[in-house]
Amino acid sequence: MTYAAKNLTTGGRELIAFRVGGQEFCVNVMSVREIRGWTPATAMPHAPGYMLGVINLRGAVLPIIDFSARLGMKPAEPTVRHVIIVAQVKSQVVGLLVDAVSDILTVSDGDIQPTPDIASDFERSFARGVLAIEGRMICLVELDQVFPQEEREAA
Amino acid sequence: MDMNEIKEIFFQECEEQLAELESGLLKLNDGDRDPETVNAVFRAVHSIKGGAGAFGLDDLVSFAHVFETTLDCVRSNRLEPNQDVLKVMLKSADVLADLTNAARDGGSVDEARSRQLIKELEALANGELPQAAAVEPVARPAPVAAPAPAPAAAPAVTDEGFQPVAFSFDEFEANEPPAIEPTTFEILFRPKSELYAKGNDATLLLRDLSRLGEMSIHCDMDGLPALGSINPEAAYFAWKISLKTDKGEESIRSVFEFAEWDCELEVTLAGDHAAPGEELPMQPVPFDLSMLDEEIPASAGAGEDDDQVAAQQREARDDAVSAAATASNVLQMAQTARAPAESNRSAASASAAQAAAQQAASAATPTIRVDLDRVDRLINLVGELVINQAMLSQSVIENDTNGTSSINMGLEELQQLTREIQDSVMAIRAQPVKPVFQRMSRIVREIADMTGKSVRLVTEGENTEVDKTVIDKLAEPLTHMIRNAVDHGLETPEKRVAAGKNPEGTVRLTAKHRSGRIVIELADDGAGINREKVRQKAIDNDLIAADANLSDEEIDNLIFHAGFSTADKISDISGRGVGMDVVKRSIQALGGRINISSKPGHGSVFTMSLPLTLAVLDGMVVTVANQTLVVPLTAIVETLQPEASAIHSFGASQRLISIRNSFCPLVDVGRILNFRATQANPVEGVALLVESEGGGQRALMVDAIQGQRQVVIKSLEANYTHVPGIAAATILGDGRVALILDVDAIVAASRGHSLKPEMSLAAAG
Repeated sequence: MTYAAKNLTTGGRELIAFRVGGQEFCVNVMSVREIRGWTPATAMPHAPGYMLGVINLRGAVLPIIDFSARLGMKPAEPTVRHVIIVAQVKSQVVGLLVDAVSDILTVSDGDIQPTPDIASDFERSFARGVLAIEGRMICLVELDQVFPQEEREAA
Repeated sequence: MDMNEIKEIFFQECEEQLAELESGLLKLNDGDRDPETVNAVFRAVHSIKGGAGAFGLDDLVSFAHVFETTLDCVRSNRLEPNQDVLKVMLKSADVLADLTNAARDGGSVDEARSRQLIKELEALANGELPQAAAVEPVARPAPVAAPAPAPAAAPAVTDEGFQPVAFSFDEFEANEPPAIEPTTFEILFRPKSELYAKGNDATLLLRDLSRLGEMSIHCDMDGLPALGSINPEAAYFAWKISLKTDKGEESIRSVFEFAEWDCELEVTLAGDHAAPGEELPMQPVPFDLSMLDEEIPASAGAGEDDDQVAAQQREARDDAVSAAATASNVLQMAQTARAPAESNRSAASASAAQAAAQQAASAATPTIRVDLDRVDRLINLVGELVINQAMLSQSVIENDTNGTSSINMGLEELQQLTREIQDSVMAIRAQPVKPVFQRMSRIVREIADMTGKSVRLVTEGENTEVDKTVIDKLAEPLTHMIRNAVDHGLETPEKRVAAGKNPEGTVRLTAKHRSGRIVIELADDGAGINREKVRQKAIDNDLIAADANLSDEEIDNLIFHAGFSTADKISDISGRGVGMDVVKRSIQALGGRINISSKPGHGSVFTMSLPLTLAVLDGMVVTVANQTLVVPLTAIVETLQPEASAIHSFGASQRLISIRNSFCPLVDVGRILNFRATQANPVEGVALLVESEGGGQRALMVDAIQGQRQVVIKSLEANYTHVPGIAAATILGDGRVALILDVDAIVAASRGHSLKPEMSLAAAG
């Protein structure tokens, strides 16, 4: 906490970077509760395609979202090498299925470039900006936007 | 313990006292005239006043004081608690509750309303006094109740074979002086040890009392034990005081105001005793008053002076008086006991019963207050324990093929133990629905006032127990429904009379257990649902097509749709059109169902069926399209293996199964939940015959039954969202999540209501 607090005062922040379908994304480390391996999920009826189902996280029911499918890319075919990022989104806890966690970055606000204009509305809605790190491009994701609006309201 | 904690306890107690107050008033309203009920009501208000005084909550104190004064009039039989009086009192109880809430949470109360009620209460309290004053010049009034019972009581007491008890003369002395102005009061003052412990002094109290008028005091030392067994800090003496004063009883009581709880205090009009005297064929006996201050043996001397007949009669009456006094001592209820002449009526027959009741009350089961969070944590832990135990059993069974009996036996015992622990923990949370029902009576009163309707709320089964969470979440939908029932359901008194009904409408609230669920019924005897109007409204609002062919039941259920209200004019009570769909959703969120049945002209009945607990469920574990599902056992009527000859196609896609010559629609669960694209072959699966709350049976097709198990209910909504057709989730022995089927939703879906649209309705609302 003290570390995070120091980062806040200096305008820096820590991000967790992960890979999905060959692209790199990152989320604020403060919203990540834990990272765990893939376990088979129980399918949910009438769920959107990106909703893989729910798993048991130490007694709590945790919905798993296929991040790749959510972005409209090819749905993941989960293997034991896939990773679930357990994240806190508002009052709910959800799991994001990603290919792998790649990095932990400490960046300052100035490093974050605005989302380029060319992106479609859909991508723009959850992209908070892009980062150029060692020649790679990493997209900063706003987790709130990853979940469809109605679902959060109905819940 | 700091002040805030103490205050918090005070408010918790206030809540209990308020509940007591309300239930007592309602009992009185139903015609109960038990003095103990009146006393309970009085005590409740008094305790609130006392506590509030300690915390300097002046508004609360001043209102409670006026309320208490009026209640005291009822207690002392100066005010007949008729319907009108009780109406004011019930309203006052509401205001008292508001004031308490305001004192706790801040916020404001309707000042005008409380002022108005203070006036009404004062009017009630005083209303009786002017009348008494009017009578006074004629003769010292003998309170209405006294003359009749007393003469009857005196012989009755002797007939009952009471042993003559040591006779204190001052009891008698009070009977002696005929009506003199000003009034003579007889006061029994018996301090408890606490009085002295709190630094009060009986001497000072008596001195204050003596300032009110001419007073004679007799000290009753009967209670004094032998010297050896005296506890120096205990109180043994009682004083019997005869006070001639022109001040009222109120001023006498005010002397004892701060000691009232630490002593027994009886204040009675000496006139109460004079009254029976007039009835008896006995002349007033000349009596040396100075002897009264002497010791008890003086009674012998006094008796000799009288003529034989008078002495006998007096003896009989003395017996009655002292029997009453003894009884009240035993009962430790001097505070609440009334004039001996009054109470000897009950003392003769009921003293034993009262003593027993009192004992029972004091021996009531001890309770502790526990923070709800702690209970919840315990329940969660036990839930985990159950899951863990199941996982352990499963892995033992998987790994241990030769079945070591000791391990299996141990596991079995563990299973029983965990189940017992779980039941006990659940029982901690089980609470009677009474508090919610009581709150409803207030809602009914308020709405009845606003709408100008006359409504009686009848509650039944208020001791039915159900999980605390369910109770807490029940209040809101119930409030909505009660409002609807009174506002829309019941007609105005004129219309009711025109329809040949009692102008007073009845709303009946019933709770009962039925097959592992709690069923709450709300019935009104109003006009029932105007189906034409509902239908028209639904068409206007595009809820149904103009030519839709709907059954009565379907029309009735339209009122649960969002944005539906048939009230012609929108009132501020209900009728914003958010009522019933919200009700339905909150009931569904509790895993419950709601149904309506209505009979035009006779009223409507809403039936809610809720799970007893939100934590566990007995379920049948089944497989559907490679998914493991749990079907609540309560819904299943029977299971059967369909034979090909029993399956009949009906139209393009429907299939019926014949069970003992009746046809039941076959529902493929996998298809409805979209787990598979085509219908499964029924012959390869198992059919679960289920009964839904909406009536009607359906055969649910599943692929296989795995077994029966108690499962811990896990919320899907917490991290996800409500899924139509799914009630909740659970975690099975292998650690995987299984979904619990919402049988009613599945059945409804099979009727043609798609699961999907309902979700969008819910989301839109």
